[in-house]
Amino acid sequence: MLIECQDLWKIYRLGDVEVQALRGLTLSIEQGEFVAIMGASGSGKSTLMNIIGCLDQPTRGRYSLNGVDVAGLRSDQLAEIRNRQIGFVFQSFNLIPRTSALENAQLPLFYRGVSLREQRAMATSALSRVGLQGREGHYPTQLSGGQQQRVAIARALVAGPSLLLADEPTGNLDTESSREIMAILDALNKEQGMTIILVTHETDIAAYAGREVVIKDGRVQSDRQTRPVARLSPSGA
Amino acid sequence: MPAFILLTVWTAVRILGRNRLRAGLTMLGIVIGVGAVIAMVSIGEGAKAAVAQRVATMGTNVIMVLPGSMTSSGVRGGHGGAVTLTVSDGIDLTKRIPLLRDTGWGKRDVMQIVNGNKNWNGTVNGVSPSYLTIRDWSFTSGGPFTQQDMDTAACVALLGQTIVENLFDTGEEPVGAVIRIKNMPFRVIGVLAPKGQSAQGSDQDDIIFIPFTTAERKVFGTQFLGSVGALFASTERTDDLAPAVEQIREVLRQRHRLQPDQDDDFFIRTQVDIGKVQEGTSETMTVMLFTIASISLLVGGIGIMNILLVSVTERTREIGVRMAVGAKRGHIMVQFLIEAMTISLVGGCLGIVFGVLGARVMTVIEHRGRGVRLFPRRRPVLRPLPGQQSLPAQSHRCIAVRIANKRPSRIIIQEPCTIHVPPILPPLNIEG
Repeated sequence: MLIECQDLWKIYRLGDVEVQALRGLTLSIEQGEFVAIMGASGSGKSTLMNIIGCLDQPTRGRYSLNGVDVAGLRSDQLAEIRNRQIGFVFQSFNLIPRTSALENAQLPLFYRGVSLREQRAMATSALSRVGLQGREGHYPTQLSGGQQQRVAIARALVAGPSLLLADEPTGNLDTESSREIMAILDALNKEQGMTIILVTHETDIAAYAGREVVIKDGRVQSDRQTRPVARLSPSGA
Repeated sequence: MPAFILLTVWTAVRILGRNRLRAGLTMLGIVIGVGAVIAMVSIGEGAKAAVAQRVATMGTNVIMVLPGSMTSSGVRGGHGGAVTLTVSDGIDLTKRIPLLRDTGWGKRDVMQIVNGNKNWNGTVNGVSPSYLTIRDWSFTSGGPFTQQDMDTAACVALLGQTIVENLFDTGEEPVGAVIRIKNMPFRVIGVLAPKGQSAQGSDQDDIIFIPFTTAERKVFGTQFLGSVGALFASTERTDDLAPAVEQIREVLRQRHRLQPDQDDDFFIRTQVDIGKVQEGTSETMTVMLFTIASISLLVGGIGIMNILLVSVTERTREIGVRMAVGAKRGHIMVQFLIEAMTISLVGGCLGIVFGVLGARVMTVIEHRGRGVRLFPRRRPVLRPLPGQQSLPAQSHRCIAVRIANKRPSRIIIQEPCTIHVPPILPPLNIEG
């Protein structure tokens, strides 16, 4: 099991007001799954993503990633996990401004301490995997929304993570670009067996996933398999 | 890790390069601050050196004895009101105080000096030959008068540069010429090398020397033969000045028959006293300039701090992204620290360049004007840099760390977490 969430609680305290974003959520995700997480605003899905992505810690409950209990780790250890195991794709791309596509894609390798030459080689191949060969030197402002999101995907892929978290990756894109992005994610899942967790509002985007989890009031409301899990083994599926 | 630091430095430089305007503006404060400190300190040092130079023109280890006040019938005369010092005082001082290398005397008056159809009112000094050596006068042409000229009250004169300029045409040779002082013909036997301004700012070259005896008997006229305007003495070593002053006081009190309860009827000044006063003034100036420049440096530092604060706040999202892809707190800290240090360092170096250039420009201007030299000095050049680094760099680091310390999720949180706060309404008082 890649991800195991057991009775997760997340409580924010804002002054005297206590906000319970997660109320005993339980969820497990296997290696190679493509999961869409849906839910209304404020349902707790972003909180869940933050915890799964090791950006935040749950108030209570157990969360283990690849068999490691994340709850007890220090912030530097979390950074290490984010760097090696998790790739993030955000709604607003979050590329570093005035920095070329190549350098943006290099970023995780930079913090891993990879040599500059290797960084370049790996980032170049990641960019070509998302169809951006020849655009390495472009700056975010010179790229369309879809291209920027593809740079972001390249950045998420470059370090070879086992888990890709996409928080409304098509939220800021037109239909055509959305389809391209989803095609890339789909291919990553099917061809490389990468586990993808996708947060979305839109049902047609959620349809790319093989499993649909609906969250309401900090708990899982429904969880259904729409497609069997893509199994990628050396002998082939 | 060193590779990481190198890469970070490289990245920092590139990030700064991409934000040239912002980096440039940030640097400006430091450039001006450091430049101002260096220029100001150099100017202060130069002024001090100029004063020291002027004090040195007095001669070396000079002691001056000036007549004091005398009270007659209850009326107290001011300084110099008394004619209490005499030539025999001077001669006796030489005999009785071995510490003194030389003793001389003189008296002065402003008189009209005439050469052909030109005239000039200059200070005529009747002095003993030893006076010239005590005060370190040298000659551009001709030479000093001798003891024989003194004994015979010869009508010979030595001219200062200002006098020469005012009485002679350019190119005209003054030595050998005959000028008239108070209608007495004097033969010019020497022209003095220029000394420039005195420590008090008066023109030391507006001067004529004639033998003391000649002045006394033929030019000034005197009530008491042998009375002098001032006595001068010099010692071999600067350390001898203080004991020599005490001994002079003792001898003169004895010679003037002063009772122990009576005040001195003379007063004694040494070159060191005069130098101290002058240096004190310029020291005050230096401290003031340095303070002003330091304040401008501090303001420059605060400027950097503000711009860095804004830039860190502006880059909160960037910090969040970097943390999401695996940057540790230390990485963020080092990145921002290096950026701030790069700005300060480059700004500081530019400041040094501008400061030294500024001081040089001032030197040229001053040199042309008043003969003051400014000395850019090494110590203040090095001084501002370390302090410079710390304030803005530390604040930059603090802010970056404060942001880095937050949970990354708070930084790059995607949808603002909608919080349902139950509205708290005051109970309605319908009844009024």
